[in-house]
Amino acid sequence: MPDTDPRRVVEAVWRIESARIIAGLARMVHDVGLAEELAQDTLVIALEQWPVDGVPDHPGSWLMATAKHRAIDLLRRQTRYQEKLELVGRATAAADDPDLAAELDDYVGDDLLRLVFTTCHPVLSTESRVALTLRLLGGLTTDEIARAYLVPESTVGQRITRAKRTLADKEVPIELPPPSEVAERLASVLEVIYLIFNEGYAATAGDDWMRPALCAEALRLGRILATLAPQEPEVHGLVALMELQASRTAARADADGAPILLQDQDRRRWDRLLIRRGLDALAHTEGTFGPYVLQASIAACHARAARAEDTDWGRIAALYGVLAHVSPSPIVELNRAVAVGHAEGPGPALAIVDGLDLPHYALLPAVRGDLLARLGRTDEAREEFERAAGLTRNARERSLFEARAAALAR
Amino acid sequence: MRYVLLLRSNQPATPPPAGLMEAIMKLGEEATAAGALLDTAGLAPSAAGAKVSLYGGRLSVTDGPFAEAKETISYAIYEVRSKEEAVEWASRFLKLHRDLWDGWEGESDVLKVFGPEDFGN
Repeated sequence: MPDTDPRRVVEAVWRIESARIIAGLARMVHDVGLAEELAQDTLVIALEQWPVDGVPDHPGSWLMATAKHRAIDLLRRQTRYQEKLELVGRATAAADDPDLAAELDDYVGDDLLRLVFTTCHPVLSTESRVALTLRLLGGLTTDEIARAYLVPESTVGQRITRAKRTLADKEVPIELPPPSEVAERLASVLEVIYLIFNEGYAATAGDDWMRPALCAEALRLGRILATLAPQEPEVHGLVALMELQASRTAARADADGAPILLQDQDRRRWDRLLIRRGLDALAHTEGTFGPYVLQASIAACHARAARAEDTDWGRIAALYGVLAHVSPSPIVELNRAVAVGHAEGPGPALAIVDGLDLPHYALLPAVRGDLLARLGRTDEAREEFERAAGLTRNARERSLFEARAAALAR
Repeated sequence: MRYVLLLRSNQPATPPPAGLMEAIMKLGEEATAAGALLDTAGLAPSAAGAKVSLYGGRLSVTDGPFAEAKETISYAIYEVRSKEEAVEWASRFLKLHRDLWDGWEGESDVLKVFGPEDFGN
Protein backbone atom coordinates (compact mmCIF):
# COMPACT_ATOMS: atom_id res chain seq x y z
CA MET A 1 0.00 0.00 0.00
CA PRO A 2 2.37 2.72 -1.19
CA ASP A 3 -0.22 5.50 -0.75
CA THR A 4 -0.81 4.86 2.94
CA ASP A 5 1.44 5.61 5.89
CA PRO A 6 2.27 2.17 7.37
CA ARG A 7 2.14 3.60 10.89
CA ARG A 8 -1.49 4.58 10.40
CA VAL A 9 -2.22 1.14 8.97
CA VAL A 10 -0.67 -0.42 12.07
CA GLU A 11 -2.86 1.81 14.23
CA ALA A 12 -6.03 0.93 12.33
CA VAL A 13 -5.34 -2.81 12.37
CA TRP A 14 -4.44 -2.54 16.02
CA ARG A 15 -7.77 -0.88 16.79
CA ILE A 16 -9.57 -3.73 15.08
CA GLU A 17 -7.50 -6.57 16.54
CA SER A 18 -6.09 -5.50 19.92
CA ALA A 19 -8.95 -6.74 22.11
CA ARG A 20 -8.87 -10.18 20.50
CA ILE A 21 -5.10 -10.34 20.83
CA ILE A 22 -5.10 -9.30 24.49
CA ALA A 23 -7.95 -11.75 25.19
CA GLY A 24 -6.07 -14.62 23.53
CA LEU A 25 -2.87 -13.78 25.41
CA ALA A 26 -4.75 -13.49 28.70
CA ARG A 27 -5.94 -17.06 28.28
CA MET A 28 -2.35 -18.20 27.71
CA VAL A 29 -0.62 -16.29 30.51
CA HIS A 30 -3.53 -16.00 32.99
CA ASP A 31 -2.80 -12.34 33.73
CA VAL A 32 -4.40 -9.36 31.99
CA GLY A 33 -1.51 -7.04 32.88
CA LEU A 34 1.04 -9.38 31.37
CA ALA A 35 -1.23 -9.98 28.38
CA GLU A 36 -1.39 -6.27 27.71
CA GLU A 37 2.38 -5.90 27.99
CA LEU A 38 2.91 -8.70 25.49
CA ALA A 39 0.35 -7.13 23.18
CA GLN A 40 2.13 -3.80 23.44
CA ASP A 41 5.43 -5.51 22.57
CA THR A 42 3.71 -6.90 19.50
CA LEU A 43 2.49 -3.46 18.51
CA VAL A 44 6.03 -2.11 18.85
CA ILE A 45 7.36 -4.90 16.61
CA ALA A 46 4.73 -4.07 13.99
CA LEU A 47 5.54 -0.37 14.18
CA GLU A 48 9.22 -1.20 13.59
CA GLN A 49 8.79 -3.83 10.90
CA TRP A 50 5.86 -2.78 8.74
CA PRO A 51 7.31 0.58 7.62
CA VAL A 52 10.48 -1.30 6.55
CA ASP A 53 9.20 -4.64 5.24
CA GLY A 54 5.76 -3.48 4.14
CA VAL A 55 2.38 -4.27 5.64
CA PRO A 56 1.81 -8.04 5.77
CA ASP A 57 -0.88 -9.45 3.54
CA HIS A 58 -3.06 -10.50 6.47
CA PRO A 59 -2.07 -7.99 9.15
CA GLY A 60 -4.55 -9.24 11.75
CA SER A 61 -3.26 -12.82 11.59
CA TRP A 62 0.30 -11.52 11.60
CA LEU A 63 -0.29 -9.63 14.86
CA MET A 64 -2.01 -12.59 16.47
CA ALA A 65 0.74 -15.04 15.47
CA THR A 66 3.50 -12.67 16.59
CA ALA A 67 1.79 -12.06 19.91
CA LYS A 68 1.37 -15.79 20.54
CA HIS A 69 5.03 -16.40 19.81
CA ARG A 70 5.97 -13.69 22.28
CA ALA A 71 3.81 -15.34 24.91
CA ILE A 72 5.30 -18.75 24.24
CA ASP A 73 8.82 -17.33 24.43
CA LEU A 74 8.01 -15.68 27.71
CA LEU A 75 6.45 -18.78 29.23
CA ARG A 76 9.47 -20.83 28.18
CA ARG A 77 11.76 -18.44 29.98
CA GLN A 78 9.74 -18.49 33.16
CA THR A 79 10.94 -20.66 36.01
CA ARG A 80 7.84 -22.80 36.20
CA TYR A 81 8.58 -23.66 32.60
CA GLN A 82 7.39 -27.23 32.46
CA GLU A 83 4.21 -26.65 34.37
CA LYS A 84 3.18 -23.69 32.27
CA LEU A 85 4.19 -25.38 29.07
CA GLU A 86 1.53 -27.97 29.62
CA LEU A 87 -1.00 -25.17 29.74
CA VAL A 88 0.17 -23.74 26.45
CA GLY A 89 1.08 -27.03 24.82
CA ARG A 90 -1.92 -26.63 22.65
CA ALA A 91 -0.97 -23.11 21.63
CA THR A 92 2.64 -24.13 20.95
CA ALA A 93 1.55 -26.92 18.68
CA ALA A 94 -0.98 -24.64 17.05
CA ALA A 95 1.67 -22.14 16.05
CA ASP A 96 3.14 -24.74 13.68
CA ASP A 97 -0.08 -26.41 12.62
CA PRO A 98 -2.58 -24.47 10.50
CA ASP A 99 -5.54 -26.70 11.43
CA LEU A 100 -4.92 -26.29 15.13
CA ALA A 101 -4.36 -22.57 14.65
CA ALA A 102 -7.79 -22.31 13.04
CA GLU A 103 -9.30 -24.28 15.89
CA LEU A 104 -7.61 -21.96 18.35
CA ASP A 105 -9.22 -19.00 16.61
CA ASP A 106 -12.64 -20.49 17.36
CA TYR A 107 -11.94 -19.78 20.99
CA VAL A 108 -11.47 -16.10 20.37
CA GLY A 109 -15.13 -15.33 21.07
CA ASP A 110 -14.95 -16.99 24.46
CA ASP A 111 -11.62 -15.29 25.12
CA LEU A 112 -13.20 -11.88 24.59
CA LEU A 113 -16.13 -12.78 26.79
CA ARG A 114 -13.79 -13.99 29.55
CA LEU A 115 -11.82 -10.75 29.24
CA VAL A 116 -14.88 -8.50 29.51
CA PHE A 117 -16.14 -10.41 32.55
CA THR A 118 -12.69 -9.89 34.09
CA THR A 119 -12.37 -6.15 33.35
CA CYS A 120 -15.89 -5.66 34.75
CA HIS A 121 -15.27 -7.87 37.79
CA PRO A 122 -17.07 -6.70 40.97
CA VAL A 123 -13.79 -6.88 42.89
CA LEU A 124 -12.81 -3.64 41.06
CA SER A 125 -14.18 -0.17 41.73
CA THR A 126 -16.62 1.14 39.13
CA GLU A 127 -14.17 3.70 37.76
CA SER A 128 -11.46 1.02 37.49
CA ARG A 129 -13.85 -1.25 35.60
CA VAL A 130 -14.63 1.55 33.17
CA ALA A 131 -10.98 2.49 32.63
CA LEU A 132 -9.77 -1.10 32.25
CA THR A 133 -12.61 -1.99 29.87
CA LEU A 134 -11.94 1.03 27.66
CA ARG A 135 -8.22 0.23 27.69
CA LEU A 136 -8.29 -3.52 27.05
CA LEU A 137 -11.57 -4.02 25.14
CA GLY A 138 -11.87 -0.58 23.55
CA GLY A 139 -8.18 -0.27 22.70
CA LEU A 140 -8.19 3.36 23.87
CA THR A 141 -4.95 4.90 25.08
CA THR A 142 -4.63 6.20 28.63
CA ASP A 143 -4.50 9.71 27.17
CA GLU A 144 -7.75 9.19 25.24
CA ILE A 145 -9.53 7.89 28.33
CA ALA A 146 -8.24 10.84 30.38
CA ARG A 147 -9.49 13.33 27.79
CA ALA A 148 -12.85 11.59 27.64
CA TYR A 149 -13.30 11.75 31.41
CA LEU A 150 -11.74 15.20 31.91
CA VAL A 151 -9.17 13.86 34.38
CA PRO A 152 -5.34 13.90 34.30
CA GLU A 153 -3.69 11.09 32.36
CA SER A 154 -1.81 10.02 35.51
CA THR A 155 -5.16 9.41 37.27
CA VAL A 156 -6.31 7.04 34.54
CA GLY A 157 -2.90 5.36 34.51
CA GLN A 158 -3.14 4.76 38.26
CA ARG A 159 -6.68 3.40 37.98
CA ILE A 160 -5.57 0.91 35.34
CA THR A 161 -2.42 -0.11 37.22
CA ARG A 162 -4.37 -0.53 40.45
CA ALA A 163 -7.07 -2.53 38.69
CA LYS A 164 -4.54 -4.95 37.18
CA ARG A 165 -2.82 -5.33 40.55
CA THR A 166 -6.13 -6.01 42.31
CA LEU A 167 -7.01 -8.69 39.77
CA ALA A 168 -3.61 -10.32 40.31
CA ASP A 169 -3.59 -9.95 44.13
CA LYS A 170 -7.07 -11.37 44.52
CA GLU A 171 -6.19 -14.10 42.03
CA VAL A 172 -9.29 -13.40 39.97
CA PRO A 173 -9.39 -16.17 37.38
CA ILE A 174 -9.91 -15.10 33.77
CA GLU A 175 -12.92 -17.26 33.12
CA LEU A 176 -16.63 -17.24 32.45
CA PRO A 177 -18.68 -16.92 35.63
CA PRO A 178 -20.40 -20.07 36.90
CA PRO A 179 -24.08 -20.30 35.90
CA SER A 180 -25.22 -19.23 39.36
CA GLU A 181 -23.36 -15.92 38.98
CA VAL A 182 -23.95 -15.14 35.31
CA ALA A 183 -26.91 -12.80 35.85
CA GLU A 184 -25.13 -10.68 38.45
CA ARG A 185 -21.80 -10.59 36.58
CA LEU A 186 -23.51 -9.77 33.30
CA ALA A 187 -25.34 -6.91 35.03
CA SER A 188 -21.95 -5.47 35.99
CA VAL A 189 -20.71 -5.69 32.37
CA LEU A 190 -23.87 -4.00 31.07
CA GLU A 191 -23.64 -1.31 33.73
CA VAL A 192 -20.04 -0.49 32.75
CA ILE A 193 -20.97 -0.21 29.07
CA TYR A 194 -24.02 1.95 29.79
CA LEU A 195 -21.97 4.20 32.11
CA ILE A 196 -19.51 4.73 29.26
CA PHE A 197 -22.38 5.53 26.90
CA ASN A 198 -23.96 8.02 29.30
CA GLU A 199 -20.67 9.77 29.92
CA GLY A 200 -20.45 10.37 26.18
CA TYR A 201 -24.13 11.33 25.97
CA ALA A 202 -23.58 13.97 28.66
CA ALA A 203 -20.87 15.65 26.58
CA THR A 204 -21.64 19.21 25.57
CA ALA A 205 -20.58 21.44 22.70
CA GLY A 206 -16.95 22.48 23.01
CA ASP A 207 -15.91 19.34 24.87
CA ASP A 208 -12.95 17.36 23.59
CA TRP A 209 -14.20 15.11 20.76
CA MET A 210 -13.15 12.07 22.78
CA ARG A 211 -16.15 12.64 25.06
CA PRO A 212 -18.96 12.15 22.55
CA ALA A 213 -16.78 9.41 21.01
CA LEU A 214 -17.49 7.41 24.19
CA CYS A 215 -21.03 6.84 22.86
CA ALA A 216 -19.65 5.20 19.73
CA GLU A 217 -17.22 3.20 21.87
CA ALA A 218 -19.97 1.94 24.18
CA LEU A 219 -22.14 1.06 21.20
CA ARG A 220 -19.27 -0.87 19.66
CA LEU A 221 -18.67 -2.77 22.91
CA GLY A 222 -22.39 -3.50 23.16
CA ARG A 223 -22.55 -4.77 19.58
CA ILE A 224 -19.52 -7.00 20.20
CA LEU A 225 -21.13 -8.34 23.37
CA ALA A 226 -24.38 -9.06 21.51
CA THR A 227 -22.42 -11.30 19.14
CA LEU A 228 -20.60 -13.01 22.02
CA ALA A 229 -23.67 -13.59 24.19
CA PRO A 230 -26.62 -13.66 21.77
CA GLN A 231 -28.70 -15.73 24.18
CA GLU A 232 -28.88 -12.89 26.74
CA PRO A 233 -31.93 -10.65 26.13
CA GLU A 234 -30.63 -7.87 28.36
CA VAL A 235 -27.55 -7.51 26.14
CA HIS A 236 -29.81 -6.91 23.15
CA GLY A 237 -31.92 -4.65 25.35
CA LEU A 238 -28.92 -2.49 26.19
CA VAL A 239 -27.76 -2.39 22.56
CA ALA A 240 -31.29 -1.40 21.47
CA LEU A 241 -31.41 1.31 24.13
CA MET A 242 -28.06 2.75 23.06
CA GLU A 243 -28.84 2.56 19.32
CA LEU A 244 -32.16 4.35 19.88
CA GLN A 245 -30.70 7.02 22.15
CA ALA A 246 -27.77 7.57 19.79
CA SER A 247 -30.21 7.97 16.89
CA ARG A 248 -31.26 11.32 18.38
CA THR A 249 -27.75 12.76 18.75
CA ALA A 250 -28.03 15.28 15.91
CA ALA A 251 -31.44 16.52 17.09
CA ARG A 252 -30.97 16.84 20.81
CA ALA A 253 -29.20 20.21 21.02
CA ASP A 254 -29.55 23.50 19.17
CA ALA A 255 -26.73 25.35 17.44
CA ASP A 256 -25.67 26.88 20.78
CA GLY A 257 -25.60 23.51 22.48
CA ALA A 258 -28.79 24.06 24.49
CA PRO A 259 -30.69 20.80 24.97
CA ILE A 260 -33.92 20.29 23.02
CA LEU A 261 -36.64 18.25 24.72
CA LEU A 262 -37.74 15.06 23.02
CA GLN A 263 -41.15 16.41 22.03
CA ASP A 264 -39.57 19.50 20.44
CA GLN A 265 -36.86 17.71 18.45
CA ASP A 266 -36.80 17.84 14.65
CA ARG A 267 -37.44 14.15 14.06
CA ARG A 268 -36.20 14.37 10.47
CA ARG A 269 -32.73 14.61 12.01
CA TRP A 270 -33.04 11.30 13.82
CA ASP A 271 -30.71 8.65 12.43
CA ARG A 272 -32.93 6.14 10.62
CA LEU A 273 -30.21 3.48 10.38
CA LEU A 274 -29.66 3.49 14.15
CA ILE A 275 -33.41 3.42 14.79
CA ARG A 276 -33.76 0.40 12.53
CA ARG A 277 -30.84 -1.32 14.26
CA GLY A 278 -32.32 -0.48 17.67
CA LEU A 279 -35.70 -1.92 16.74
CA ASP A 280 -34.00 -5.01 15.26
CA ALA A 281 -32.04 -5.54 18.49
CA LEU A 282 -35.23 -5.14 20.50
CA ALA A 283 -36.89 -7.82 18.38
CA HIS A 284 -34.45 -10.31 19.94
CA THR A 285 -35.89 -9.68 23.39
CA GLU A 286 -39.54 -10.56 22.94
CA GLY A 287 -41.28 -11.84 26.05
CA THR A 288 -38.56 -10.62 28.42
CA PHE A 289 -38.85 -7.73 30.86
CA GLY A 290 -35.39 -6.84 32.13
CA PRO A 291 -34.66 -3.20 32.93
CA TYR A 292 -32.70 -2.53 29.71
CA VAL A 293 -35.32 -4.24 27.56
CA LEU A 294 -38.02 -2.11 29.18
CA GLN A 295 -36.09 1.14 28.79
CA ALA A 296 -35.36 0.26 25.17
CA SER A 297 -39.06 -0.51 24.63
CA ILE A 298 -39.90 2.95 25.92
CA ALA A 299 -37.27 4.53 23.66
CA ALA A 300 -38.77 2.52 20.78
CA CYS A 301 -42.20 4.08 21.40
CA HIS A 302 -40.64 7.50 20.79
CA ALA A 303 -38.65 6.25 17.80
CA ARG A 304 -41.79 4.86 16.14
CA ALA A 305 -43.68 8.14 16.44
CA ALA A 306 -43.15 10.20 13.28
CA ARG A 307 -44.53 13.25 15.10
CA ALA A 308 -44.50 13.97 18.86
CA GLU A 309 -48.31 13.87 18.93
CA ASP A 310 -48.27 10.31 17.51
CA THR A 311 -46.48 9.01 20.63
CA ASP A 312 -48.20 6.02 22.24
CA TRP A 313 -48.16 7.44 25.77
CA GLY A 314 -50.49 4.74 27.06
CA ARG A 315 -47.94 2.09 26.15
CA ILE A 316 -45.11 4.16 27.62
CA ALA A 317 -47.02 4.57 30.88
CA ALA A 318 -47.64 0.81 31.02
CA LEU A 319 -43.94 0.07 30.32
CA TYR A 320 -42.90 2.44 33.11
CA GLY A 321 -45.35 0.59 35.32
CA VAL A 322 -43.55 -2.70 34.63
CA LEU A 323 -40.15 -1.02 35.00
CA ALA A 324 -41.21 0.36 38.40
CA HIS A 325 -41.99 -3.22 39.37
CA VAL A 326 -38.71 -4.69 38.02
CA SER A 327 -36.41 -1.97 39.35
CA PRO A 328 -38.36 0.29 41.67
CA SER A 329 -37.19 3.90 41.95
CA PRO A 330 -38.89 7.25 42.50
CA ILE A 331 -37.30 8.53 39.25
CA VAL A 332 -39.05 5.77 37.31
CA GLU A 333 -42.31 6.69 39.05
CA LEU A 334 -41.82 10.33 38.11
CA ASN A 335 -41.31 9.32 34.47
CA ARG A 336 -44.41 7.15 34.70
CA ALA A 337 -46.33 10.17 35.99
CA VAL A 338 -45.23 12.22 32.96
CA ALA A 339 -46.43 9.44 30.63
CA VAL A 340 -49.72 9.11 32.52
CA GLY A 341 -50.09 12.88 32.28
CA HIS A 342 -49.98 12.58 28.49
CA ALA A 343 -52.07 9.41 28.29
CA GLU A 344 -54.82 10.06 30.85
CA GLY A 345 -54.50 13.70 31.82
CA PRO A 346 -52.94 15.77 34.62
CA GLY A 347 -55.24 14.56 37.42
CA PRO A 348 -54.16 10.90 37.61
CA ALA A 349 -50.56 11.97 37.01
CA LEU A 350 -50.63 14.39 39.92
CA ALA A 351 -51.86 11.60 42.20
CA ILE A 352 -48.67 9.63 41.37
CA VAL A 353 -46.38 12.65 41.81
CA ASP A 354 -47.93 13.53 45.18
CA GLY A 355 -46.88 10.14 46.52
CA LEU A 356 -43.20 10.67 45.65
CA ASP A 357 -40.42 11.59 48.02
CA LEU A 358 -37.51 13.04 46.04
CA PRO A 359 -35.97 15.85 48.08
CA HIS A 360 -33.64 18.24 46.20
CA TYR A 361 -34.62 16.76 42.84
CA ALA A 362 -35.55 19.73 40.64
CA LEU A 363 -37.57 17.74 38.13
CA LEU A 364 -40.13 16.70 40.74
CA PRO A 365 -41.48 20.24 41.35
CA ALA A 366 -41.04 20.97 37.62
CA VAL A 367 -43.28 18.04 36.64
CA ARG A 368 -45.70 18.89 39.42
CA GLY A 369 -45.79 22.52 38.29
CA ASP A 370 -46.57 21.47 34.74
CA LEU A 371 -49.44 19.23 35.88
CA LEU A 372 -50.86 21.91 38.20
CA ALA A 373 -50.70 24.48 35.40
CA ARG A 374 -52.68 22.14 33.15
CA LEU A 375 -55.24 21.76 35.93
CA GLY A 376 -55.58 25.55 36.12
CA ARG A 377 -54.04 25.74 39.62
CA THR A 378 -51.83 28.64 38.50
CA ASP A 379 -50.51 29.95 41.82
CA GLU A 380 -49.46 26.51 43.04
CA ALA A 381 -47.89 25.81 39.65
CA ARG A 382 -45.83 29.02 39.80
CA GLU A 383 -44.54 28.12 43.27
CA GLU A 384 -43.48 24.70 42.03
CA PHE A 385 -41.50 26.17 39.12
CA GLU A 386 -39.84 28.65 41.49
CA ARG A 387 -38.91 25.74 43.74
CA ALA A 388 -37.52 23.83 40.75
CA ALA A 389 -35.46 26.87 39.68
CA GLY A 390 -34.01 27.05 43.19
CA LEU A 391 -33.06 23.39 43.22
CA THR A 392 -31.38 22.90 39.84
CA ARG A 393 -27.65 23.41 39.42
CA ASN A 394 -27.96 23.57 35.65
CA ALA A 395 -28.10 27.18 34.40
CA ARG A 396 -30.09 26.34 31.26
CA GLU A 397 -32.66 24.42 33.29
CA ARG A 398 -32.91 27.25 35.79
CA SER A 399 -33.75 29.84 33.13
CA LEU A 400 -36.31 27.43 31.65
CA PHE A 401 -38.07 27.02 35.04
CA GLU A 402 -37.87 30.76 35.80
CA ALA A 403 -39.50 31.50 32.46
CA ARG A 404 -42.35 29.09 33.22
CA ALA A 405 -42.82 30.69 36.66
CA ALA A 406 -42.81 34.20 35.19
CA ALA A 407 -45.37 33.22 32.53
CA LEU A 408 -47.68 31.89 35.25
CA ALA A 409 -47.38 35.11 37.30
CA ARG A 410 -49.08 37.13 34.58
CA MET B 1 -17.22 8.01 12.10
CA ARG B 2 -19.44 6.47 9.50
CA TYR B 3 -18.25 5.39 6.07
CA VAL B 4 -20.10 4.08 3.05
CA LEU B 5 -18.14 1.59 0.96
CA LEU B 6 -19.20 1.07 -2.64
CA LEU B 7 -17.70 -1.93 -4.38
CA ARG B 8 -17.38 -1.73 -8.17
CA SER B 9 -15.99 -4.34 -10.48
CA ASN B 10 -15.45 -5.76 -13.92
CA GLN B 11 -16.77 -9.26 -13.36
CA PRO B 12 -14.66 -11.93 -15.09
CA ALA B 13 -16.39 -14.13 -17.64
CA THR B 14 -16.12 -17.09 -15.25
CA PRO B 15 -18.88 -17.61 -12.69
CA PRO B 16 -18.07 -16.71 -9.08
CA PRO B 17 -16.31 -19.63 -7.36
CA ALA B 18 -18.29 -21.59 -4.79
CA GLY B 19 -16.14 -20.59 -1.83
CA LEU B 20 -16.31 -16.86 -2.47
CA MET B 21 -19.80 -16.23 -1.15
CA GLU B 22 -19.02 -18.29 1.97
CA ALA B 23 -15.82 -16.31 2.58
CA ILE B 24 -17.64 -13.00 2.05
CA MET B 25 -20.33 -14.02 4.54
CA LYS B 26 -17.66 -15.03 7.07
CA LEU B 27 -15.79 -11.74 6.75
CA GLY B 28 -19.10 -9.89 7.04
CA GLU B 29 -19.81 -11.77 10.25
CA GLU B 30 -16.38 -10.83 11.57
CA ALA B 31 -16.92 -7.16 10.77
CA THR B 32 -20.33 -7.32 12.46
CA ALA B 33 -18.87 -9.08 15.50
CA ALA B 34 -16.24 -6.33 15.69
CA GLY B 35 -19.08 -3.84 16.01
CA ALA B 36 -17.95 -2.11 12.82
CA LEU B 37 -20.32 -3.24 10.05
CA LEU B 38 -23.76 -1.65 10.44
CA ASP B 39 -25.42 -2.53 7.17
CA THR B 40 -24.59 -4.16 3.85
CA ALA B 41 -26.29 -5.68 0.83
CA GLY B 42 -25.48 -6.82 -2.68
CA LEU B 43 -26.73 -4.76 -5.62
CA ALA B 44 -28.39 -6.19 -8.73
CA PRO B 45 -26.82 -5.38 -12.11
CA SER B 46 -27.68 -1.90 -13.36
CA ALA B 47 -29.85 -3.52 -16.06
CA ALA B 48 -32.41 -3.87 -13.26
CA GLY B 49 -32.15 -0.18 -12.38
CA ALA B 50 -32.41 3.25 -13.95
CA LYS B 51 -30.67 6.61 -13.92
CA VAL B 52 -32.52 9.84 -13.25
CA SER B 53 -30.61 12.94 -14.33
CA LEU B 54 -30.95 16.68 -14.52
CA TYR B 55 -28.80 18.52 -17.05
CA GLY B 56 -29.48 21.88 -18.63
CA GLY B 57 -32.76 22.09 -16.76
CA ARG B 58 -34.01 18.86 -18.36
CA LEU B 59 -35.00 15.91 -16.21
CA SER B 60 -34.55 12.53 -17.86
CA VAL B 61 -34.91 8.91 -16.89
CA THR B 62 -32.77 6.26 -18.57
CA ASP B 63 -33.24 2.56 -17.92
CA GLY B 64 -30.15 0.47 -17.15
CA PRO B 65 -27.72 -0.98 -17.95
CA PHE B 66 -25.46 2.02 -17.50
CA ALA B 67 -22.75 2.79 -20.00
CA GLU B 68 -19.93 2.49 -17.41
CA ALA B 69 -17.72 -0.56 -17.78
CA LYS B 70 -17.88 -1.31 -14.05
CA GLU B 71 -20.98 -2.36 -12.17
CA THR B 72 -21.57 -1.32 -8.58
CA ILE B 73 -22.06 -4.65 -6.86
CA SER B 74 -22.52 -3.93 -3.17
CA TYR B 75 -22.67 -1.28 -0.51
CA ALA B 76 -21.62 -1.46 3.12
CA ILE B 77 -21.93 1.01 5.97
CA TYR B 78 -19.24 1.00 8.66
CA GLU B 79 -18.87 2.74 12.00
CA VAL B 80 -15.14 3.06 12.68
CA ARG B 81 -12.68 5.31 14.45
CA SER B 82 -10.54 6.34 11.50
CA LYS B 83 -10.45 6.36 7.71
CA GLU B 84 -7.65 3.78 7.87
CA GLU B 85 -9.95 1.36 9.66
CA ALA B 86 -12.55 1.66 6.90
CA VAL B 87 -9.77 1.21 4.33
CA GLU B 88 -8.60 -1.90 6.19
CA TRP B 89 -12.05 -3.51 5.98
CA ALA B 90 -12.31 -2.60 2.29
CA SER B 91 -8.86 -4.14 1.71
CA ARG B 92 -9.90 -7.36 3.42
CA PHE B 93 -12.89 -7.70 1.08
CA LEU B 94 -10.79 -7.02 -2.02
CA LYS B 95 -8.15 -9.54 -0.89
CA LEU B 96 -10.88 -12.20 -0.66
CA HIS B 97 -11.77 -11.58 -4.29
CA ARG B 98 -8.11 -11.64 -5.29
CA ASP B 99 -7.48 -14.93 -3.48
CA LEU B 100 -10.64 -16.72 -4.57
CA TRP B 101 -11.66 -15.43 -8.01
CA ASP B 102 -9.00 -15.43 -10.71
CA GLY B 103 -9.14 -12.39 -12.91
CA TRP B 104 -11.50 -10.37 -10.72
CA GLU B 105 -10.72 -6.67 -10.81
CA GLY B 106 -12.46 -3.85 -9.10
CA GLU B 107 -12.35 -1.06 -6.60
CA SER B 108 -14.05 0.12 -3.46
CA ASP B 109 -14.85 3.76 -2.82
CA VAL B 110 -14.50 4.59 0.87
CA LEU B 111 -16.72 7.63 1.47
CA LYS B 112 -17.17 9.42 4.77
CA VAL B 113 -20.67 10.24 5.93
CA PHE B 114 -20.84 13.70 7.49
CA GLY B 115 -21.09 13.42 11.26
CA PRO B 116 -21.00 15.67 14.32
CA GLU B 117 -17.18 15.50 14.27
CA ASP B 118 -17.21 17.41 10.97
CA PHE B 119 -19.04 20.40 12.42
CA GLY B 120 -17.70 20.70 15.97
CA ASN B 121 -14.85 22.94 16.98
